[in-house]
Parts: sequence; structure tokens; C-alpha cells
Amino acid sequence: MDEFNASKPIYLQLADRIHRQIISGELKAGEKLPSIRDMGLKFNMNPNTVQRTYSELEREGILETKRGQGTFVSERQDRLIHQRDKLKQEQIEQFVRVMREMGYSAAEILSGLKEYLNNVEKGDE
Amino acid sequence: MSDVIRMTNVTKKYIKQTALKDISLTVPIGKIIGVVGGNGSGKSTLLKLMSGLSLPTSGSVTVNGEKANRKTGKVVSYSSELSSFYPIFTVREAMRFQASQFVDFNLAKAEEIMKLMRLDPHMKVKALSKGNRGRLQIVLTLAREAPYILMDEPLSGLDPMVRESIVKGMISYVDLKSQTLIMTSHEVAEIETLIDSFIALKDGSLLKMADVEELHETEALRIADWMKKAYI
Repeated sequence: MDEFNASKPIYLQLADRIHRQIISGELKAGEKLPSIRDMGLKFNMNPNTVQRTYSELEREGILETKRGQGTFVSERQDRLIHQRDKLKQEQIEQFVRVMREMGYSAAEILSGLKEYLNNVEKGDE
Repeated sequence: MSDVIRMTNVTKKYIKQTALKDISLTVPIGKIIGVVGGNGSGKSTLLKLMSGLSLPTSGSVTVNGEKANRKTGKVVSYSSELSSFYPIFTVREAMRFQASQFVDFNLAKAEEIMKLMRLDPHMKVKALSKGNRGRLQIVLTLAREAPYILMDEPLSGLDPMVRESIVKGMISYVDLKSQTLIMTSHEVAEIETLIDSFIALKDGSLLKMADVEELHETEALRIADWMKKAYI
């Protein structure tokens, strides 16, 4: 339960998690996902909830269920790329909205972000 | 649609107090449901009425369209909080005995759950620790292929490792295509991701029955947080 919070339905939090795993490459195109029951066991989660997550991701075209074989990450790269862009957009929107609410200008946000990223990159080296 | 447990205006009175007041609700197949509420809120009474072990003072309880009574045990697998197994039996003998009592008891499934729970089949029941008695109870209750599995406080008083193995047993062995699991629990946080819906009782009345995800979606609350607000 620690990994999930009440701010959002649990089935969407699991979907977010799978999204992130796909975008980071932890889950690759065409890779098989755990069965509904095994995924449920991993997070002590109701199989109905996992089913809802898988159905939602199938609807988005991120996952595909092959009859009798299981659920797989879609081979359709365009879908995954689209999803990657969409997630980026969502995060940026959220960040910018909060910054705007606090009264920062576009220039301030941009310079602040640049400076931050430069520092992070230096730290990585 | 008669494959449900239906309670209609159910009141249960004991000599000195009213345990349940005017409860109406319907529980379908294919769900895991938590019954929550403080001590004395009527949780155990609710389960006993659903399993036909106790009869309502007024109102009606039906299981798959039939009035709940002693025969309801055929379609409801019930485990109480304080079960008395047969102490001289070994674990395996207790399983065989259960198989002799219920035609839907699946002995092969019981052996599997027993292994998952790491129980020693040759151990005498009276020699089991509290945690292992809890595990055995899970084996005996979940190995029945009854449409309704009712468990009174299956997690209560057990250490975190035992509770986790019991939760995993439930996920693995309750078949949500054909079964429904209803359990009472104090461990609200622990069952939050496990249950579909919850039934909240307060002083014998039904405070709320809702999907857990609905609570997350509309109020952004965990059950425990909602209870803090609702039980003042």
C-alpha cells in the first residue's frame, strides 16, 4: 500500500507506473507483462483493479492482450512515442501551472530550469 | 439476477442491545469486500446473518434467492474469529475432516494453499502457533469452492508476515469469476488495495457502502481518513 496514495484511483496509479516503466525502457516493446494474478500478488492488489489497469492501457494502445498468451507491451512504436510525448506534456503543464500561480514569469521559469539542469548535469559527471 | 446476497431492512436484536438496525444492501459475485467499523458496530453479526448462522429479528436475508438459514452453509464458506479446530487432528487430518463435511472442499487446492502458507501437514493443530492457526483457518476456508467466502477478522492479532501471506492466499485462491470474499477487518490500511468495496457500520447502522476507488476519485481519501471524518 505504501507505493500507492489516495490522491488518485489505484488502477490509474498502477497504469502510471507501467507507463513509466515503458518510457524508461524497463519494459520493452513486445515484452510480456505479469499475469493479472501475479501483478496482484506483487502489490497485494485486487485482481479486479489490475484488470481495470490492463483494460485502460489496452484502450490507449499501450498494451495488447493475445488470446491464451497473456498481455504484452504494444509493438507499435508510434503509440509508445505518442505516450512519451503526452507524459512529458502533462508534467510540464503541471510544473508551469504551479510556477505561474506563484507569479514567476516565463523568462524566470526558463532561466531557472536551465540553471537547475546545468547543475544536475554537473553533479552527474 | 439472483446470484447475490441480499439484505432487506434487516434488524437484529439481542436481549440487551440492538446489534444491527435496518440494514439493506446487496453483494454480487466477483468482489472482495471489507466490512469496517469499530468494536460493537455489528460487523460479526452481519457476517453471521449472511451465512445463515444467525437469523434476523426482522427483515430478510437471502443468498442466491433463498432465505438464509442453517442450509446456507452449502454456498457460504464461513470462518469465525475464534475457531475451534479439533486439537488432536494434524493439519492434514483437519483438511480431510473439512473435506468430509463439505462437498465443495477441494483437497488438492487445500494442499496447495497449505504449501503456500508453509504449514507442516503432520503438525498437530494444538501445537500450532497462533499465526499458524490463522493460516490453517485460511486453508480450510479458501479451499471450498463456495460462491461466498465470509471471514471474520482473518488478519486480526497476527504478525505482519502472517497477514501478508494470508492476503496473498486470498489473491491467489479466490476466483473472482465465480466467488465473492467478504471479510471484516480492523486493518483498514492493509486491505485498501485488496478490496473492491467496503461496508461501513456504525452502532449497528449502515453508514456507507461504496467502491474504494470511488472514494479515491471523488474525495481523494483513504478509507481510514474517511472513517476519521465519518465516525466522529
